[in-house]
Amino acid sequence: MTKIEIVNVVADRTGLTKVKAEEAVEAVLQLMKECLAQGEPIILRRFGSFQVRQKSARIGRNPKTGQGAEIPARKVVRFKAGKYFKEAVNTGRLPGTGGESV
Amino acid sequence: MTKAELVEKVAERIDLTKKHTEVIVNTVFQSITEALASGDKVELRGFGSFRVRHRDSREGRNPKTGATVFIPAKKVPFFKAGKELREMIDS
Repeated sequence: MTKIEIVNVVADRTGLTKVKAEEAVEAVLQLMKECLAQGEPIILRRFGSFQVRQKSARIGRNPKTGQGAEIPARKVVRFKAGKYFKEAVNTGRLPGTGGESV
Repeated sequence: MTKAELVEKVAERIDLTKKHTEVIVNTVFQSITEALASGDKVELRGFGSFRVRHRDSREGRNPKTGATVFIPAKKVPFFKAGKELREMIDS
């Protein structure tokens, strides 16, 4: 699934034009990025949370050559899925919908 | 940032009502959930991708009692940040 397919679903469910729906989906993603770029976490009930984590420098290894290489300290995004999302993925059905499969 | 705050900011930026925007925001995350639940993956250019990862079954341990417990194989959602997002975070 790509952004275009999500845009189509949004347009269907809201009655917005595809142009406006795309603008909206783009805004959602853009604002999430801006939030994380400031180091602020995003907490979405059911879906999960995104958090920025500091990783310290370590010695990694190139798996092809076996050579050690320094991996510098950096910040990364960590996503932790919510209970609802985890359950949906593990069972293949949406929780609380009477059990019809997706 | 909570979902309510995200809705508020999106509504402001694209000039839609909060009610409308809430449906949009819900639909985005619901679509991702539905896609992964059906085994599909979702790729959002510049943001990242959501995929299903398989975890094999394993023997776990109850840290309190030390008893061995069997943890069955499961499928879990996994997010990998896209290049643009990674660069925005780490600068």
